[in-house]
Amino acid sequence: MTEREIMEYDVIIVGAGPAGLSCAIRLKQLKPDLMVAVIEKGAEVGAHILSGAVIEPAPLDRLLPGWRENPPSVCIPVEKDELWLLRQKGRIRLPTPPQQNNHDNFIVSLGSMCAWMAEKAEALEVDIFPGYAASEIRFTDDGAVGGVIIGDMGVDIGGNEKDTYMQGIEIHAPMTILSEGCRGHLSKQLIRKFELDKDCDPQTYGIGMKELWKVQPGKSKPGLVQHTTGWPLDSKTYGGSFIYHLDKDRIAIGFVTGLDYQDPEFMPFEAFQQMKHHPMVHELLEGGEILSSGARAIAEGGYQSLPKTEMPGALLIGDAAGMLNVPKVKGTHQAMLCGMLAAEHINDTASSKGFDAKLRDSEIVKELYKVRNIRPAFYKGFWRGFIRAAIETVTMGKMPTTLSIHADDSTLKKRDGYTPPDRKWVDRDLPPRDRLASVYFAATEHDEDQPVHLQILEPDICTTRCVEEYDNPCTRFCPANVYEMIEDGGMRLQINSGNCVHCKTCDIKDPYQIINWVTPEGACGPNYQNM
Amino acid sequence: MKILVGIKRVVDYNVRVRVLSDGSGVDTDGVKMSVNPFDEIALEEALRIRDAGNAEEVIVVSAGGDECQQQLRTGLAMGADRAIQIQVSEGLQPLSTARAFLKIIEREDPGLVILGKQAIDDDNNQTAQMLSALWDRPQATSASKLELSGTSATVTREVDAGLETIEIDLPAVISVDLRLNEPRFVKLPDIMKAKRKPLDVASLEELGVAVEGNLEIGHFAPPPQREKGIMVEDAAQLVEELKNRGLI
Repeated sequence: MTEREIMEYDVIIVGAGPAGLSCAIRLKQLKPDLMVAVIEKGAEVGAHILSGAVIEPAPLDRLLPGWRENPPSVCIPVEKDELWLLRQKGRIRLPTPPQQNNHDNFIVSLGSMCAWMAEKAEALEVDIFPGYAASEIRFTDDGAVGGVIIGDMGVDIGGNEKDTYMQGIEIHAPMTILSEGCRGHLSKQLIRKFELDKDCDPQTYGIGMKELWKVQPGKSKPGLVQHTTGWPLDSKTYGGSFIYHLDKDRIAIGFVTGLDYQDPEFMPFEAFQQMKHHPMVHELLEGGEILSSGARAIAEGGYQSLPKTEMPGALLIGDAAGMLNVPKVKGTHQAMLCGMLAAEHINDTASSKGFDAKLRDSEIVKELYKVRNIRPAFYKGFWRGFIRAAIETVTMGKMPTTLSIHADDSTLKKRDGYTPPDRKWVDRDLPPRDRLASVYFAATEHDEDQPVHLQILEPDICTTRCVEEYDNPCTRFCPANVYEMIEDGGMRLQINSGNCVHCKTCDIKDPYQIINWVTPEGACGPNYQNM
Repeated sequence: MKILVGIKRVVDYNVRVRVLSDGSGVDTDGVKMSVNPFDEIALEEALRIRDAGNAEEVIVVSAGGDECQQQLRTGLAMGADRAIQIQVSEGLQPLSTARAFLKIIEREDPGLVILGKQAIDDDNNQTAQMLSALWDRPQATSASKLELSGTSATVTREVDAGLETIEIDLPAVISVDLRLNEPRFVKLPDIMKAKRKPLDVASLEELGVAVEGNLEIGHFAPPPQREKGIMVEDAAQLVEELKNRGLI
């Protein structure tokens, strides 16, 4: 192998999401001559971004004053909030918890907002490289993070160089910012290497699935924000839906399930589709068409699960660290503020040292602290969680106890002696028919002739212990039908990696932790539009 | 020798194209745009010819609004030496594009013009042929192999009956097919270098080309939805069902 080509920057940011782009913009505002690059594995900025999303505008006001005159292409002021508890047929209106009061907030497409932010960053001469995957961390001789290595391109499925082979370059920088979003594959390695999580609880996650619909004229009420809880989930499974009414007869609809669910037979994708068949939702979508769809894991552990966010030469920001505020169902404002704080810290100190303390002392972590007990309160079922959440909300998190967070990969019940709840799921008539039909709307694309980016560390387990103990839950928790058990002279696991939408659920939920998600060739993966 | 390569900004091939509900066009809101894949192949071939020492300069040309500069920069990052944007406010039809390209040819005097055989948005497959006629030079379309020798080129063409090999004199217009080559990946440092390469802008007025609309677009419509099928038990039932529907 020849020496890799090298590019040098002052700051290299991995991931062009709200955290990374806010950090880049703030850095250049503070120090225009700083050399800042952003690496993004999506074919373009926004292609891998999937979020509700209702956002709080305060960080935008601070970062880009005057943005309201020239807002992102999807940006609708919230007019009304509704929270519904669904039963299979009926529904009960619940009072909107104060955290979910969205007065003054906006419904956006986070994907198109990121593309819009990228333009602002480029105008400040940030170099943004979409279509390139940071595949490895580059370490300096003294063991600090010193940049990233871009993945090689043009490698075949057996690992051999094709005619188009192009060696990835090294990007050297004294400061690397990991803003990969939830369960970033480089962040995961660094958390392990520097033991960043040794003093915190494990992270807990949710899987969010979303579809953008064009509905029949007049059905969408621009600015209406609806959330539901209850059906089709049993009371032991945490989750709910969002229905955001956009302009141009568009509806953003999504469903989030806690990945700490216990039923090995549970399929989050099916739960989402069932929710769409509740009379209230079905009526809204009937006669419409899907424009785009996809899925992404989110970090739900909050305060207790927050790892140390600094290490020599690098910082973890945004959802790569886990900044989401669960009761608010929002993380974008937190991610942006975190990115800006990181930029200010780098500008002040030119070092990663001291960032973690600054972050924990900031409004960002204080916000997480206030709501820290709400998510784990639901471990004991919906109603006990609901009551505890109400108490925590009224007391603004000042109760002395802090509930601990559990790891998602250990919550599945073994089949032996476990009876899954009777979910009474209904026949469906709304698209998509199944997960493959759904992947079609994610426009996901991977060159098939490349190394499989979903590595199974111990393949024997899949066909032995896992079949017995959990009935191969990967074939159900994956929203893109990547994993299939195939019968050809014995069972084997087939990985349809081309379907992958980069949601990271498999890396999280696999009970044996033998699925390792690594980044495929740059520009592969979903091509979300306005998600 | 200079090589001129045409580049068109089109909706990316991965995008699921949707027809606007009023039938006036396709929805491009938030849609990924890219270099027409056939044009990438054309550029790759031009770069290989130059890198083999058979040409001195590769110039990428695109007719479009300022947003097409993005695709020209991609061409420069792949390795083209400079770029020309023919500035137009609305989409040109093939004949106008060919006329505008002819003006660039008159300015630059290339030894070879390589174009994609068609753009994946309108699938016209017309510009190369029209340009060849306007320029009054030979054409070789749908090329899957290209060999240069002095003042002529041997081109293997993909035709309905199979492959056809022809020899043409240069200068000439060649349009390329899918199997000609596999375009290279862009190296990251080359994206930075591309930002500093020259990109000239020429308006249609400067070139003295009048926009003509010889074709009128009625409306756009998506293909009809497939109706749900039925499962048949055996061949006899299949035949009966087909008969019932008047299909056989």
